[in-house]
Amino acid sequence: MTKTFPIGGLHPQKHKLASELAIIDAGLPEYVSIPVKQHSGAPAKIVVAKGEKVKAGTLLAAADGIVSAPIHSSVSGEIVNIGLQEGLFGYDEEQITIKVEGNEYAQGIDTSDKIITEIPDDTEEIMQRIRNAGVVGMGGAGYPTPIKTTVPEGKKAEYLIVNGIECEPYLCADDRLMQEKAEEIIIGAKIINKLLGIQKAIIAIDENKPQAIEIMSRLTKRYIGVNVRTCKSKYPQGSEKQLITAITGREVPAAKRPIDIGCIVQNVGTVFAVYEAVMKKKPLFERIVTVSGDTAEKSANFRVRVGTPAEFLINKIGGMTDKTAEIIFGGPFMGTATVNLNTPVTKLTSGILLLSKKSTAKEPETACIRCGKCVDVCPQGLLPFEIARRARNNDFSQLMQLHARDCIECGSCAYTCPARIPLLDYCKISKAEAKKILKKQ
Amino acid sequence: MMDNLILTDFLTLTGIAFTAALILYFILQKFHTEEDPRIKDIEAMLPQANCGACGRAGCHDFAVACTKCTPQGFAKLYCPVGGSKVMKEIAGYLGMKAADREGTVAVLRCNGSCQNAPIKTNYNGIQFCRIAHNISSGQSGCPDGCLRLGDCIKVCKFGALSLNPQTGLPQVDSEKCTSCGACVNICPRQLFEIRPKGQNNQRVYVACRNRQKGSIARKNCKTACIGCMKCAKICPEIKIEENLSYIPCSVNAAKYGRQLAQTCPTGAIVHIEEKDKNND
Repeated sequence: MTKTFPIGGLHPQKHKLASELAIIDAGLPEYVSIPVKQHSGAPAKIVVAKGEKVKAGTLLAAADGIVSAPIHSSVSGEIVNIGLQEGLFGYDEEQITIKVEGNEYAQGIDTSDKIITEIPDDTEEIMQRIRNAGVVGMGGAGYPTPIKTTVPEGKKAEYLIVNGIECEPYLCADDRLMQEKAEEIIIGAKIINKLLGIQKAIIAIDENKPQAIEIMSRLTKRYIGVNVRTCKSKYPQGSEKQLITAITGREVPAAKRPIDIGCIVQNVGTVFAVYEAVMKKKPLFERIVTVSGDTAEKSANFRVRVGTPAEFLINKIGGMTDKTAEIIFGGPFMGTATVNLNTPVTKLTSGILLLSKKSTAKEPETACIRCGKCVDVCPQGLLPFEIARRARNNDFSQLMQLHARDCIECGSCAYTCPARIPLLDYCKISKAEAKKILKKQ
Repeated sequence: MMDNLILTDFLTLTGIAFTAALILYFILQKFHTEEDPRIKDIEAMLPQANCGACGRAGCHDFAVACTKCTPQGFAKLYCPVGGSKVMKEIAGYLGMKAADREGTVAVLRCNGSCQNAPIKTNYNGIQFCRIAHNISSGQSGCPDGCLRLGDCIKVCKFGALSLNPQTGLPQVDSEKCTSCGACVNICPRQLFEIRPKGQNNQRVYVACRNRQKGSIARKNCKTACIGCMKCAKICPEIKIEENLSYIPCSVNAAKYGRQLAQTCPTGAIVHIEEKDKNND
């Protein structure tokens, strides 16, 4: 039986152009620029100097504090520059630029494809390996995995949910990973199970990925405690809170975290990275990126080294066409348009999309006709039109009553609005304002 | 029947109204509070903008504060909208002495007009600076420059800000500006600053907030401050930190203003004389 969350959601066109295409290695660019902040929390502290020779997997920057993650070199070569460079949003960010020479790996990294099934006994050791590898949540938020897999005192983990939904159009990176690295993901889930001290893991897959479901279901028969659940194809099924409701029937209360109701959700990419970190001692320095879009000549799923400039990948699929109007990092719903083609791929980049003017153009806004469509599709059960109306008039007195802070910024409201009101943007303004109010209190 | 219906309605409603009026009257008698009559008088002197620039909830709250404070405390109260004139009036009424304060005005510390900082990328999102600031460095590419979408204009209650069609930047009407600080708070890049109007209405300030290195900053904007230290040589009070110069309010604009503006190699220093000709 397929499961889904009870309220809201919508069914956008899938455009999964790359779902049939196997993951291919993107190769090595001439230079890579690795940002020192690829996670939420404090930026990592640089431990290397200009002119140093590094190998793939060499530590470049160490974690600074608990909510932080180390950054490793993704290629072998020489560090040519450390300093501020234009990042994804056009703002300056600290990046380490490396000139690629050869393809050597740091000592101790197992680069073979052999699947290792024996999980180390010592949980401290496992945790240390994950921490040293710089594994972060690869679904987009980039929250350091070691913190997420530590159960706070007084709380109990009951469910581990592996998120293989990937509900955004175009993106197929997780889908392909599940098809090609199914067993590794299952072992990764068992590793996290061990850390949490529980026996069960649920792999949630969208019903529009029949091959991944078939492969996963076949393999999970050999692993006790790991089960596959098929979820209804609906946006935003891949959101943490919606997925928990769909699988367990529980609801994450406002301003609480999933662990408060005994759930932990990890993206399949993260689980695979955990496997590689623990079993292969391989730091997180490459990931799967879908390069696609309605103006791309062809689509591809690349295994990309972190720090590879977007332009390198775009040229690999034949470059931009005349019709390309926007380049988007991430999915079309939640991703961000970039102004800088040299933007490097980070641990959190799930896709690079070349979209046409037709699919990105914003039509002029008209008056709200109070049809209530935005209320129907909001998966959090909010009133987007009311939040927007107040935000437009700079009236932030009712923010707490309207629960603006619970908005997950999925964009369903703006997508469905017949008056084309940028409801999501208004909700974002309200959310920022609500945060300010909370800080004052 | 019809007559009866109208008559019944009329009598019922009148009855309800009369009873309610009676209840209200007695409640008022019972819970009547004596308010300081001076509050009403002071409130009448205030501009009634309820902008909150004084730090109080509104004009009524300010008037209450005026009646309750000591002479020393009164010197700390100031209505920026009414200015010294209103404060003197209130001081005369209360028999206290108002502290002398210089008039202030908001200045925009960015000169990145359409000519100086041309558009490089196309932003087609919602016309809100606060959103644009979160998702990109702006159409000109300067990460600290004006986004030219006018959040400050929308928030100004006094009509003192308007978008100059030639430069694309908001311009301040120093006559209308009451330095309430609404624009200072709303600007996501903290480009507005409240500065004293200065002697003979002369002001000098650095119209730039960009902290990038000179060569990078100048790629996006012709009038970016490059931290060349030339202004610091003229007036030692000027401090330069992180490639950005800041002219403190204490620098005498009448004395140094013209010289500073002429010396600045990029034109980041703006000197305003007499009538407001901002952003020219």
